[in-house]
Amino acid sequence: MFSLESITTIVQNWLTKTFSPNLALFFEFVIVGVLAIALFAALGLVLVLMERKVAAWIQIRLGPNRVGPKGILQSLADTVKLIMKEGLTPDGSDKFLFNLAPFIVMMVAMLALAPIGFSKGFHIWDINIGVLYVSAISSVSVIGILMAGWASNNKYSLLGAMRSGAQMVSYELSVGLCILSIIVLTGSLSLNDIVLSQQNGWWLFKGHIPAIISFVIFIIAVTAETNRAPFDLSEAESELTAGFHTEYSGMKFALFFLAEYINIFIVCAIGATLFLGGWMPFHLGTWEGFNHIMDYIPSFIWFFGKTFFLIFVIMWFRWTFPRLRVDQLLNLEWKYLLPISMVNLVIMTLVAIQGWHF
Amino acid sequence: MIELIIWKTDYTYMSKEEIKTAISELLPTAVFDETGEWLNVQIEAGEWKDAALKLRSLAGLSFNFLFCLTCVDWKTHFTMVYHLRATASLDDIVVKVKLDREKPEIATVSDIWRTAELLEREVYDLFGVIFLEHPDLRRLLLTDDWVGYPLRKDYEDPINMIKL
Amino acid sequence: MVEEIGKTVEGDLIINVGPQHPATHGVLHLVLTLNGETIKKVEPHLGYIHRSIEKMCESLSYRQFIYSTSRMDYLSAHINNHACALCVEKGLGIEVPARAQVIRVLMDELTRIASHELWWGAMAMDLGAFTPFFHAFRERETINDIMEETCGARLTMNYNVPGGVMADLHPNFQERVKNFLKLYKLKIHEYDELVTGNIIFQNRMKGVGYLSKEDAISYGVTGPAARGSGVSSDIRKLYPYEIYKQLEFDEILETEGDSFARYMVRLREMNESIKIIEQLIDNIPDGDFQAKTKAVLKLPKGEFYQRVETARGELGVYIVSEGGTTPYRIKFRSPGFSNLSALDHMARGGKIGDLVATMGTLDLVIPDIDR
Repeated sequence: MFSLESITTIVQNWLTKTFSPNLALFFEFVIVGVLAIALFAALGLVLVLMERKVAAWIQIRLGPNRVGPKGILQSLADTVKLIMKEGLTPDGSDKFLFNLAPFIVMMVAMLALAPIGFSKGFHIWDINIGVLYVSAISSVSVIGILMAGWASNNKYSLLGAMRSGAQMVSYELSVGLCILSIIVLTGSLSLNDIVLSQQNGWWLFKGHIPAIISFVIFIIAVTAETNRAPFDLSEAESELTAGFHTEYSGMKFALFFLAEYINIFIVCAIGATLFLGGWMPFHLGTWEGFNHIMDYIPSFIWFFGKTFFLIFVIMWFRWTFPRLRVDQLLNLEWKYLLPISMVNLVIMTLVAIQGWHF
Repeated sequence: MIELIIWKTDYTYMSKEEIKTAISELLPTAVFDETGEWLNVQIEAGEWKDAALKLRSLAGLSFNFLFCLTCVDWKTHFTMVYHLRATASLDDIVVKVKLDREKPEIATVSDIWRTAELLEREVYDLFGVIFLEHPDLRRLLLTDDWVGYPLRKDYEDPINMIKL
Repeated sequence: MVEEIGKTVEGDLIINVGPQHPATHGVLHLVLTLNGETIKKVEPHLGYIHRSIEKMCESLSYRQFIYSTSRMDYLSAHINNHACALCVEKGLGIEVPARAQVIRVLMDELTRIASHELWWGAMAMDLGAFTPFFHAFRERETINDIMEETCGARLTMNYNVPGGVMADLHPNFQERVKNFLKLYKLKIHEYDELVTGNIIFQNRMKGVGYLSKEDAISYGVTGPAARGSGVSSDIRKLYPYEIYKQLEFDEILETEGDSFARYMVRLREMNESIKIIEQLIDNIPDGDFQAKTKAVLKLPKGEFYQRVETARGELGVYIVSEGGTTPYRIKFRSPGFSNLSALDHMARGGKIGDLVATMGTLDLVIPDIDR
């Protein structure tokens, strides 16, 4: 059966055989770096095109269909255009911070990729506190956005950045609590262990109603944390023109744009890992034959399938819902989502202690 | 097939005479003109503010809706034209105030009908009529440094040709 | 905090919304004074698209000036032309043939629906939902096609002339309008499902941009915006012109006075327009589409005022004639201008998002304000 694990093992074995251990490690770093950047570029292209096609489908139109067959080269053409464009730095801005901000946002998105298991035995860094690491890293991106808004010397940007700061800090709490409710069940912070614990069924189904509640809250909260509609107040083009990236152009703007999509991918990957079993195939109890067939589907297809399904759901939100107002947004978090997810966590703990889950 | 009637011009729900009696008690100095579609009331510029307050608070026939405010340049003088409607009884009157062309000044009514604030600014902008005690009398449509008042009949602008 | 609203103090954030801004739908320029996210003052700066149509009309003949009014409120161009044609007819005492009256009213109501459709899409887009815009355009396009076939233009129709309409209806007109009615009835429930019933949308709209009945009258607000505050202001009902007196339709009134009430008024008004079209489409009388008029029109000396109900409110045309071939003075009482004057009052104390929602429900068209 085709598996990415075998490829990594072959490469690993060949490298350790050919070079000294330090040099082999260095080459592995290089390979991982190149692969990560390649994945980024590919994801950016695919997700932007997917967004436009999904939007077109919902809006009863065709979407990009001129560049390449069925328009699949559209986002490549857009990227080329953005690279060619001049990256302006406005007068009166803090030039250092202004130019640094997109890279901070980008780096954060890249770092958060490390512990995600793309396939069976295929991840960059199987860290034993993977979940904690991801939540810690993703909260740094708010600094990049605040930096961009502040350094632009533009009132729209400042308002957008402040909105974004308040929003991301609040919604992180809900995300954290939802993640915790799964950690309570698995007893491990390692993403690999969490996936392995779903061998006989996904936590979404095994964890009773509390798991479903925390899944729903998780999806809402990550939509807000990635500043996607209906929570895209930091950009809110009808109110703040473009929010924190009003003054950015060319490739610097493209980095913000790309980081947004990578962040969506990461949060959806985390969601898929925690609730939908990551790369684990869909197994149904004791139906050996059915489970066997499911096992034939390569694990990375399972992972990407689940992740892209969640991404589709989030895109569906964006093209359907109107935007919330800033005070309603914070009310939703502090008055509804946070209390619910706290109570939910307590119930989940009870479920885990009593062993009521499947 | 529905029956069609020919378009009519008389919309007023009270006759002009009735409105005239009601108003003439209130404003003894007003001059009335009944030739047009609606009752025209001529008021002196000095009495306008007082008259406006009275018209606004007329019992049973309160002209609370100023639906049109404009000015006409008659070359010898300006005429301010106020179209008023009583929303309760749907009666309309037209109030006309003659202004001196050299020194066009009239009291503002923006505190009586608040829609007048922008409308008066527009008239100030295009005719140069000064509205006394207006809260914020600035140019509205044209730029602040515009010279002249375009809707006056003697306005000539060789750059922005407006005559066809 | 509340007593500070309206005054500018040191440290307030002053933001220019516009002249190029996605929410103003044109070149409206608003200067906002903010305390954080809370609006303390909204000051409109107008004139970016001021063409001085009133001055231009003074040198145009009574046949010509009608067409410049298409460029005021371009979304209800036909109704603007209608008002001017009616005013000239009133001055000349022309009797418009029955067929022309019906055609005019049919076109008016089609224009009104098209305008409200566009408003609905743009309103939802202001609130951050993009999809309704495309759904609204699906229906609006069919109306534009009907207009194109009969009038030769999709937006600025210029179909009215003094004495009637310029040309007779296209033979396909009735069939296409019926097709449109079918399509509309099939799709109108989507509007409620997609936007009206949405809980986020209702939260954004309810209690936002409150305008009391007294304020609505004092600020001269007309049209659906006034009817949302419970002010009966439908000219078609109050001062019926053409054949509106014989038609059965309701004046939609809501009493809440908030943005949601104004939204509901417009949405339900479309159904009333559909009712009118249904009554007329099979009953277009035979006869002339235009009355016989002189080649050169000369209005008698005097003053003529005609008001009609456009999609945005009461449009008044005030012609002062000296007896010549051109008007001595023309004034257009545009609904957008008066509606805009209430914006400051409505937006104060709200958030920036509320301003956008309020502005959306006022349905401002900037060329209509600037003229």
